[in-house]
Amino acid sequence: MHATLHFQNVSKWYGDFQVLDQCSTQVNKGEVVVVCGPSGSGKSTLIKCANGLEPFQKGSIHMDGLSVGDAATNLPQLRARIGMVFQHFELFPHLSVTENLTLGQLKVLNRSAEQAREKALGLLERVGLSEHANKFPGQLSGGQQQRVAIARALAMDPVAMLFDEPTSALDPEMVSEVLDVMVQLASEGMTMMVVTHEMGFARKVAHRVIFMDQGRIVEDCSRDEFFGAPRSARAQEFLSKILSH
Amino acid sequence: MNYDFDVIARSWQYLFKEGMTFTLTLTALSMVGGVVLGTALALMRLSPIKPLSAFAGAYVNLMRSLPLVLVIFWFFFLVPWLGAWILGSKDPIKVGAFASALITFTLFEAAFFCEIMRAGIQSIPSGQISAAYAIGLNYRQAMSFVVLPQAFRNMLPVLLTQSIILFQDTSLVYVISSTDFLGAASKVANRDSRLLEMYTFAALVYFVICSLASWGVRRLQARTAIIR
Repeated sequence: MHATLHFQNVSKWYGDFQVLDQCSTQVNKGEVVVVCGPSGSGKSTLIKCANGLEPFQKGSIHMDGLSVGDAATNLPQLRARIGMVFQHFELFPHLSVTENLTLGQLKVLNRSAEQAREKALGLLERVGLSEHANKFPGQLSGGQQQRVAIARALAMDPVAMLFDEPTSALDPEMVSEVLDVMVQLASEGMTMMVVTHEMGFARKVAHRVIFMDQGRIVEDCSRDEFFGAPRSARAQEFLSKILSH
Repeated sequence: MNYDFDVIARSWQYLFKEGMTFTLTLTALSMVGGVVLGTALALMRLSPIKPLSAFAGAYVNLMRSLPLVLVIFWFFFLVPWLGAWILGSKDPIKVGAFASALITFTLFEAAFFCEIMRAGIQSIPSGQISAAYAIGLNYRQAMSFVVLPQAFRNMLPVLLTQSIILFQDTSLVYVISSTDFLGAASKVANRDSRLLEMYTFAALVYFVICSLASWGVRRLQARTAIIR
């Protein structure tokens, strides 16, 4: 098993309602995988299962060989190795930007305050927010907050990054500043699993595209195959709607 | 009828140095104890572990269903025996009126602070907990570094308002003959037969302190509203 993330027959129910139906796929080291599909198709749920934020009832997910669903797995330790970026940023509003980036380093990785701060400032420079280091999240724009959130995840030196609709809650003019950071990450060889509707981003950096509908993985193929000639009628329909304007 | 407000000047040292010090110390200590215990109870109430949440729920229900005066009396007689039982002694242990009052108010107020903190914790969006978990924090760390600081900040005005009520309620220690501010005023009033003057003065002091405190809380509320 060389995949960084390996999903095997993952099924999940909310009561009687099945949100994930036998999902199997993988994300290899250095690969960028885009997950798309209509809302309610289960794509966000799938990505939240990958680091155990959402439990699932059947199947298995392995991260670097560690079983996510296994009760014996130390979930906090596993999560520290996989970065996650949320739709609504979820920065900690009571902490400064720098403190947002150092919290996990101090409490989970046990880095020294100096080390953590240095790492934080370096990452803030990388996402172009050095001058905002001492501000609070509430004083930043949505795009800036999301870039801080990416930096916060990177501060843990993750082996892979999960993005859950990172641009869906942003004003249109702020989408590109966030996507630019993600494109740069991808070009540096970061392993990424990205739930997004940004087909331009998918075309540019994705190695593979997964298309989901009604809890099932309908299409799982290379980028060129997906945009060139999607096999399923559902994916064709989705693409024609999303690319027509 | 002639009024003698000189009685205040004659007794102010006793009133404030003894009475008000007792009142303020009791208020401050039971507030701190109540918030700490109340927060623990709130976490228990929200716990998915059934016995914990059931216990916390029953405790809060019990305390909120009893008149405070009754609890003060009850604990005054109960605590010495409880202490003896814990220490395994045959005779009731000696517990001073202040210690007894402090234990009572801490335990009683904890029920109210529990409900306030519970609301505060529930007001934090679940995404914040997800984000805390996502960087590898465990439950205890997520609570102490992410959820509780925010819950506490959001609830600070309500916690302080409850503490103002607590400040007034401490006057009920007269039932166990403790000398708080009202108790001191009442003793002077009876000694010097200046009931009207002393009670008017005591009312004025409570009014001024509580009004100032409420005004402070309102200002704080306005300030935190801007920050958020």
